[in-house]
Amino acid sequence: MLRTKTRDAVIFQIGLAIFLTIILLIILIPFWRVIVTAFVPLDIYTDEGVPFFLPPTKWTFEAFSQLLGHSMFPRAALNSAIITLLGTAISLVLTVPLAYGLSTRNLTGRKVIMAIVLFTYLFSPGLIPVYLLITGMKLTNNYLAVILPPAVSVYNTLVMMSFFEGLPEELKEAARLDGANELQVLWHVILPLSKPILLTIGLFYAVFFWNEFFTPLLYLNDNSLLPLPVLLRNILISASFNEYVEYNAFSSSSIESLKAAGVLITMLPMLLVYPWIQRYFTKGALVGGVKE
Amino acid sequence: MTLKTLPAVPPSTEKFDFKKSLCALWRQRWMYFLMTPTLIYFAIFKYGPLWNAQIAFKDFKPLLGVMGSPWVGFKHFETFVNSFYFTDLMTNTIYFSLAKLVLGLPLAVICAIALHETWLVKYRAFVQTMIYLPHFLSWVIMFGVLLVILSPGNGLLNQVIEHFGGEPISFMTSPDHFRWVVILSDIWKETGWSTILYLAALLAISPDLYEAAAVDGASPMQRIWYISLPGIVPVIVLVTLLRMGHILEAGFNQIFVLYSVPVYSVGDILDTWVYRQGILQFQFSLATAVGFFKGVIGLVLILISNRIAKRVAGQSLF
Repeated sequence: MLRTKTRDAVIFQIGLAIFLTIILLIILIPFWRVIVTAFVPLDIYTDEGVPFFLPPTKWTFEAFSQLLGHSMFPRAALNSAIITLLGTAISLVLTVPLAYGLSTRNLTGRKVIMAIVLFTYLFSPGLIPVYLLITGMKLTNNYLAVILPPAVSVYNTLVMMSFFEGLPEELKEAARLDGANELQVLWHVILPLSKPILLTIGLFYAVFFWNEFFTPLLYLNDNSLLPLPVLLRNILISASFNEYVEYNAFSSSSIESLKAAGVLITMLPMLLVYPWIQRYFTKGALVGGVKE
Repeated sequence: MTLKTLPAVPPSTEKFDFKKSLCALWRQRWMYFLMTPTLIYFAIFKYGPLWNAQIAFKDFKPLLGVMGSPWVGFKHFETFVNSFYFTDLMTNTIYFSLAKLVLGLPLAVICAIALHETWLVKYRAFVQTMIYLPHFLSWVIMFGVLLVILSPGNGLLNQVIEHFGGEPISFMTSPDHFRWVVILSDIWKETGWSTILYLAALLAISPDLYEAAAVDGASPMQRIWYISLPGIVPVIVLVTLLRMGHILEAGFNQIFVLYSVPVYSVGDILDTWVYRQGILQFQFSLATAVGFFKGVIGLVLILISNRIAKRVAGQSLF
């Protein structure tokens, strides 16, 4: 953009910087608050509550060691990892062939398949029919109950399809003339060219599964199967608190510190990968959203 | 495709064409083979529920099964539409959707324009990274974040209120405040991420326009008003239309995590009600009827808004 430093323009820029800083603070202050609450020692907490600033020397890991000392949190983190990895793998294995088939213009019956797929995107009968299906298949207390119903997202399929459509047709034709079948074309020609979209869609699925909490709550009754978000929710609403945390009158941290520490532990994996995955998401959000 | 340009197809070739299409099917056998697992998946996990949805028109008894339960026609739909909770549920659902859109969209547009206008390129990248972040966190984490801000004891907002001599407010369980908690927390979480579409549209505006404006001595506000805003109006129209198509999706995950018994009257939406009636009260048929009702209205709204989007903005989702 053109930058002419007139007086008006500079005043405007200062205004913008202040506005953006206010927005930034509105986002950051709640996170800061969670951090201080998680690290505040019990004596300060009982004296004056949670301060806005905590002197660096006073920070304590007590709440974290109390949470992680109980076997539930590491177990839940492992469960979350299993659901995320297995879910993402299944989702991609089911999504890629469908997107590839739909991107093949001269496939007989393509329009019918497209209509079948699109209809499920446009009309959903809601929660109960899915619930009856899953319980009828005896999938309760099975990770597949959490993974399969949302495994193929029509939206993600369409995004991937539009990427495949953009690949040059000649490449596929050349491979076919060499006698490759569609399986080989997909594996040797299309997929190596599709790493960016596979990564983007894979990350969409992974974040979705990592954040899932309602379906695990619905279908997993066994405490040892619960993923992190469900465990966190149970801690936050203080339901059956003692099942997850050793908490009593002699506890070395307050309930609020324990809750805040739980939030931070659950958030941490996302925070660690976020700087790397952000650009794929930004791209993915713009790839297939709307079509001309 | 090229066949269509041939002058006239002799009648005798019809059988040949049929054979040819069989040949085509055979040649494409690997493609169908590839898609088969996904199509089976769709049959079971996307169309299985549609099949089960027939219990909306039946009196479902788990012992009799979906097929064995007796048909009752539109009984459950009538029960729902005539019930006292119908108006509350519809009002809450539409209220949340509209409020999130009406308050969230202008803020997203303003943020996008501010990000686009600023000269501080590195600061902009940092602000973008931070305001996109909440979008990736689940509502359970958001619930934890809201607790440290809003709780009556040590919540930051309540500490501020007490500092100025006010009484602490139990925001999450107070019917007077719960709706604002839902609306504002959604805006806090999603506004940053929704700036992406507007930023992309702003970047697509021709730099020539801005240069011409600079030559004509336009002020920053005039530049925004006469160039930036008109440039993103199509995106605003499109987003609004698509959101209208999803007006009955008021945010199940969010409200499910945030609400509690004291705020059911102001917080209950169609989806949360379906969950409680169906799963917790075992009113499977009634809950399915409500879900079906919502699905049909959603389908009609999406088709209408997509049609309008195509006509007005020349764009559509499908």
